[in-house]
Amino acid sequence: MTATEVRQKVLDIIADIALDDDVTTIDDGVSLREQLDLDSMDFLDIVMELKKRHKVEVPQEDYPKLATMQSCVDYLSPKFQALA
Amino acid sequence: MNLERIVITGVGVAAPNGNDLKEFRHSLLNGKSGLSFTEVRHMGTWAAGLCKFDETKHQNRKMRKRGTRAGAISIYCASEALADSGIDLTARDKDRVGIYIGITEHGNVETENEIHELYQNNLDTDLWSHHHNPRTVANNAAGETSLALGITGPAYTIGAACAAGNMGLIHALQMLRLGEIDLAIAGGISESPQTFGIFAAFKAQGALGHDADATKATKPLDKSRNGIAIAEGGALYTIERYDDAIARGAKIYGEIVGYHVNSDATDFVLPNPTRQSQCMAKAMKMAGLGPDEIDIVNMHATGTNAGDVQECQAVREVFGNSKNTLINATKGFIGHAMGAAGALELAGNLPSFEDGLVHPCHNIMELDPECAIDGLVINEPVKKEVRVILNNSFGMLGINSSLIIKKV
Repeated sequence: MTATEVRQKVLDIIADIALDDDVTTIDDGVSLREQLDLDSMDFLDIVMELKKRHKVEVPQEDYPKLATMQSCVDYLSPKFQALA
Repeated sequence: MNLERIVITGVGVAAPNGNDLKEFRHSLLNGKSGLSFTEVRHMGTWAAGLCKFDETKHQNRKMRKRGTRAGAISIYCASEALADSGIDLTARDKDRVGIYIGITEHGNVETENEIHELYQNNLDTDLWSHHHNPRTVANNAAGETSLALGITGPAYTIGAACAAGNMGLIHALQMLRLGEIDLAIAGGISESPQTFGIFAAFKAQGALGHDADATKATKPLDKSRNGIAIAEGGALYTIERYDDAIARGAKIYGEIVGYHVNSDATDFVLPNPTRQSQCMAKAMKMAGLGPDEIDIVNMHATGTNAGDVQECQAVREVFGNSKNTLINATKGFIGHAMGAAGALELAGNLPSFEDGLVHPCHNIMELDPECAIDGLVINEPVKKEVRVILNNSFGMLGINSSLIIKKV
């Protein structure tokens, strides 16, 4: 799975959580919380949806690695690859 | 005890046949049903009273998804009531605003949904939502409302089965008289049709109303009635001290002049007409009013065989000799809105102070002789000068509430 495909899967999840935000303008290098109306419960939702939709597990100590879109792609790409 | 006068100054309504008080009242005066068929999980098609208000009028989409239907109904009704009252919350001490919401039950809908999802996910409890706890706490509806409106005073629900709608208003009055708050947002709400369990339980009890025509699925007081139609909805009111309302030039819908709450202590589900009549009589005693001074009695009348007959006995006991009192019921229009019932039904009658009309019962094709009461309003509205309404709401485990509102 390419980085672009991983990004799209993360974006699809965020779009279903940040329902009132425009997710098409996300700056991949900037903290998601600075750009979107996301709180800690939303990040738990992201983790839950990764597991539910893609069977990708994110242990609690790795939650900070979901801070930006770029860090999400960097962290999750190997996990998606492992499942492929 | 300081018995200050307490008044209603704003109304927010979400009914199956009306998204605001004006539309709700119009439906009740013009025979418009709020019942329709819906698919119930595991059970097929049943009639229910479902609301059609805009959930995101006062709440953003993300918070709606995070919260519950009960929360959405409460936020909608509270926001509409505040707008109707003309109160500017930003100019208020929000520590002095209380939210008191009557509920029959809460958490069934959310728990059923999670269990449904659990089975879709091969019983993997790691996928059980972390939202489950805030969604299922008993104070959910009041808590979501406080969050949405930034109200920092006491906000909680009052569990009183189907007597709960009245209980919200009664509790508001008590807190205002105790000086705990300066403004209450109070009433009752229900999200019950979103759970199959309540349909299944009433069906098992032989008390789930049904008919080939959804709008006739529940027929309180009719000879052929066969049970209740489950409904959702809400009615929340802004409630203030009379002096405060006058000082700000508020419109006053009516004054709460009497109430009573008691318990049957006799049966899990069957009502006790003696306790019901005592409840009405004690509310009138508090108000200093006799039966002839009550213009409208709103019956709880759910459409069950036993319950309607027994409530009619209770109403006859108190109002049998009154030459003035007219009697109506609302559930034939909208079904049984559980924790919202008392508050919604009061909203349905409140405009009679202004329009001089008493809305009829609905779906009485052939009145059950055992339910015949002098003054029963059937099929068509009746013109009458209305100054006092007695609103009944009774619930399982034998809790009874009667509330008396007087025109100011």
